[in-house]
Amino acid sequence: MSEWWTYSLSDFLMFSSRSYYRLIESYSAAIWPAHLLALVAGLVVIVAIVRPRQHLQRSAALVLAAAWGWVAWAYQLERYAEINTAAPYFAAAFAVQALLLCWLAYRPGNAVPAPQPLALGLSGLAILAYPLLALARDGGTWRQAEVFGIVPDPTVVATLSVLLAWRAPAIFWLIPVSWCLVSGATLMELKIGHAWLLPALALTAVLARIMVSKKPRDFNSTANPRS
Amino acid sequence: MSPISPSRRRLLESLIAAMGSLALPSLYAATPPAPLLTRPIPSSGEQLPVIGLGSWITFNVGRDPQGRRESVDVMRQFFAGGGRLVDSSPMYGSAQDVIGEAVQALKPARLFAADKVWVSGGARGVAQVEASRKLWRVPRFDLLQVHNLLSWEEHLPLLLAMKREGRLRYVGITTSEGRRHAEIEKIMASQPIDFVQISYNALDRDVEQRILPLARERKIGVIVNRPFRQGDLTQALAGKPLPGWAADIGCTTWAQALLKFIVSHPAVTCAIPATSSVAHVRENLLAGTGRMPDEALRKRIVQDVERLA
Repeated sequence: MSEWWTYSLSDFLMFSSRSYYRLIESYSAAIWPAHLLALVAGLVVIVAIVRPRQHLQRSAALVLAAAWGWVAWAYQLERYAEINTAAPYFAAAFAVQALLLCWLAYRPGNAVPAPQPLALGLSGLAILAYPLLALARDGGTWRQAEVFGIVPDPTVVATLSVLLAWRAPAIFWLIPVSWCLVSGATLMELKIGHAWLLPALALTAVLARIMVSKKPRDFNSTANPRS
Repeated sequence: MSPISPSRRRLLESLIAAMGSLALPSLYAATPPAPLLTRPIPSSGEQLPVIGLGSWITFNVGRDPQGRRESVDVMRQFFAGGGRLVDSSPMYGSAQDVIGEAVQALKPARLFAADKVWVSGGARGVAQVEASRKLWRVPRFDLLQVHNLLSWEEHLPLLLAMKREGRLRYVGITTSEGRRHAEIEKIMASQPIDFVQISYNALDRDVEQRILPLARERKIGVIVNRPFRQGDLTQALAGKPLPGWAADIGCTTWAQALLKFIVSHPAVTCAIPATSSVAHVRENLLAGTGRMPDEALRKRIVQDVERLA
């Protein structure tokens, strides 16, 4: 693309907020009541942060991997691609992150750090509070609720919470943080009131991760080697 | 370029549209709209209504049945009001297919199908044009344009060959938001194109300096995109009272005044506002009727828009 510096974010936005939320609404209607299953799976993530045991950590990582895989196929590729020509690339990135999370579940030498209030807050926000944002938006209805494991944004926030809680290395953060920037920019161009939220949560999680990396780990206080 | 002139057929179409409006609210039923004005395409003399229909964002509704129904309604109103030129691109997501669905349902008698080639490499252009044609459900395109000059050196010979073979009626190039104007000028001066598509409105007037005069000199039709800066301009003017001159040229909204400013430029063939609202289509079409601003009033419009927007 020549003269790329002359392009603004709005030049890349190819759909309206109405089309965007209608897409979420019709997709949600098509897969209901999968949302209930997704919420139950999301609780595994919260429990894994509250009780940092290795088997829970592994389960949570696999739940997240399944969520990223599902969103890659069912949302990005099957739905979002209808209105966004970049969606197949997003689908590929989400599939890669699903594989990374599988690796996170089984990679040797996984540590089980202490629970973190911020990580817990982020996971609660992603899984329990995020669906309510639809009601706070002008013209939004519960049918457009964004649910963990069903659509990208809450899935990514829940993943950030886990990456923070387990002090995951940078490679696991790359795609989730990139998505927060892409989605935040999209919502900003759509003039959605909470457009700032996703980038702000990503920034908070990244800063917290940098800060905890400077502290020495204390595995003895919480690790459960028998689990 | 010859002055704006209503054709007899346009008059009949507008009368039919006016009859159809009897079922609509009294605002529209009370006074039948004047005929939609037309301008000749410089290279052929064929008359084209000064208001067309864009599809960027508005028709990209995916598989949403409600969004598709609304898009068909918009196109129905557009054709009923005398509109002809519909513009799209492979870059616009599902818009081509949505237009094709409406074309299949409405079977417009005088559709002027304008699409674009938007792919790197000339060889892939042929396949893309054919894929677009199938989505539009038309036997052939009236106008094909090289979108944002992407691989224009390869696409333009292909499109000109299609025109020579009678598989296409007109060839053009496009840009938006004032990009690559120097290259646009070079192509306008050296290639036998029929149309150039550019962004132009009361605030973005760079094209008045060189491109619009060159279009007149080279007998190239001008299609104007982003007449409202993708809605930002009408939004900025929302709630601001219309100046007194608006009534003199039959405008009841800022959108109409902005459109009249554009299509009253003698080099402009038509403007292509995009909308997903039937009411807005009606309003846009009305901007293509009645008295147009003269040069003095055009300056006044610019001053007022610059002051208020």
